[in-house]
Amino acid sequence: MANILFLVDHDGSKVAKTPGELATFAKRAGSAIGVILANNGAGDALAAQLSGTEIDRLIVVENDEISKHGIAAAVSALAQVVAKEKPEAILVASSARGKEIAGRLALRIAGGVITDATDFRSDLSTTQSVFGGSFTVNAKVKVGTPVITIRPSSIEAGVASAAASIEKFEVTIEARDKTVTISNSQPPVKGGRPDLTEAKIVISGGRGTNGNFAEVEAMADLIGAAVGASRAATDAGWYPHTHQVGQTGKTVSPQLYIACGISGAIQHRAGMQTSKTIVAINKDPEAPIFDLADFGVVGDLFAVLPQAREALKAKRA
Amino acid sequence: MKIAICVKQVPDSWAEKKMVNGRLDRESVDAVLNDLDEYAIEEALRIVEPLNEGKESPEHTITLISMGPERTTEAIRKGLSMGADGGVLVSDPALAGSDAVATAKVLSKVIQDGGFDLVFCGTESTDARMSVIPAMLAESLGWAQLTFAGSVKVDAGAKSVEIARMTESGVETMSAAFPCVVSVIEKINEPRYPSFKGIMAAKKKPIDTKALADIGVSSGEVGTTGAWSEVLEAQPRPPRDKGVKLEDSGDGGTKLADYLLEKRLV
Repeated sequence: MANILFLVDHDGSKVAKTPGELATFAKRAGSAIGVILANNGAGDALAAQLSGTEIDRLIVVENDEISKHGIAAAVSALAQVVAKEKPEAILVASSARGKEIAGRLALRIAGGVITDATDFRSDLSTTQSVFGGSFTVNAKVKVGTPVITIRPSSIEAGVASAAASIEKFEVTIEARDKTVTISNSQPPVKGGRPDLTEAKIVISGGRGTNGNFAEVEAMADLIGAAVGASRAATDAGWYPHTHQVGQTGKTVSPQLYIACGISGAIQHRAGMQTSKTIVAINKDPEAPIFDLADFGVVGDLFAVLPQAREALKAKRA
Repeated sequence: MKIAICVKQVPDSWAEKKMVNGRLDRESVDAVLNDLDEYAIEEALRIVEPLNEGKESPEHTITLISMGPERTTEAIRKGLSMGADGGVLVSDPALAGSDAVATAKVLSKVIQDGGFDLVFCGTESTDARMSVIPAMLAESLGWAQLTFAGSVKVDAGAKSVEIARMTESGVETMSAAFPCVVSVIEKINEPRYPSFKGIMAAKKKPIDTKALADIGVSSGEVGTTGAWSEVLEAQPRPPRDKGVKLEDSGDGGTKLADYLLEKRLV
């Protein structure tokens, strides 16, 4: 049976929610082999967090040089596992780090690379949503072992009762992969709100907020949403650039997207138009965002949002 | 110090994009210098300008490197008008349909031949959005990878670079000796608008256009034939169903709340 290798994403002590998803995709094509790259002594605790997933085997690589030297060292370690296991494909979760590892690994093992897939099939082909969701593309690697990055939350992770077998694997990081030295590492500053790309609900503000995101944030906190912003709002310095949704920012695809005071230029639509349900609030009845909206209110967000909040609170009470 | 900056000409990110035969239709839209590359150009200028201050002929130079059809010179010219010194464009009909692997191959060949110390890039192009080229350049060149920089410190004397890498995983301080590939995020600076003087000066700056044969890459390694992955099918996304649009006549908020509750969205 085909072996599908995938990289287990973690922050050093806690595994991400993507390994279960990647295992479920891997199972479509063969057995799911997870690779954990960890510091010395940290592998077992990470492996333990993966019980209940569909992972068949876990390969634990413990080597302090990986976290010290960054992407190249991780690629070196992974390439050594690939050389031993000879998998049919390698899956990595899409993130800045995941995509960089995938790109380098593809060159190193001479295989094609596909990024940001939202589906992976037993014939190793993928589906991607491109140009901000305006086109859906099916693609396949035709040379070498495919290296594919998959967007988080593209599938519901399956559940299994049998525990994965765990084995340790030793790697040697060569000097050429140790040219970068990481001297300090700070975890992301987590606000109380969910992460933009993983949130089930996203509420965004644009030019219409006039720089005042208080109503957008108050609604976000009431309904457990992440807060996004249009490029106009981040360019004006009204909201941090890391929250930008659009062509030059993050791409989101939540169950519910609420656009407040956003006209809906293609620049913004490209980052949110694959959302399941879209709600828009805008003063301008001609705003193009209304062409996408399942429910649109032509009105002032500073009147509509507080009223909606009160109504939601009243119904819940 | 010789800095190369990899730039790309892309469809305007404010314009609608279409696919024809599984490829982006680049003809029907305005082509511009990739927004995100401007940050790399600006950052490199901020590094070399103080070092070149008062010198008759600049000791530290910036060269823009690109791959694409001939009209890519327009995008390069924009970067030159910001202040870069010259450009190299690899243009060849055989390059059409090249994937990331081929792009990395071509760009790294030009970089290798140019004797550069540093390569700067934006984090991604706004059309393909793969965000892999800087890392793949580091891999194929065997250079240090310092990517997703929110700040960059170059020590030209000690020949070393330190960056703060800023991603969803947090902030990492990392450093390496030359040669390095650096990619910068949007937050790092505010790119300048080309001045009139800069635009005029750019007209006289050299752009060296090369064919594949000039850089010693065979046409079989690039383009659609040399690609290691292929598009099987491309479909436009079906239009969304028409929704409800109502005028707020004092109860818009309440109606919105009712909609969200009725659809069990919150």
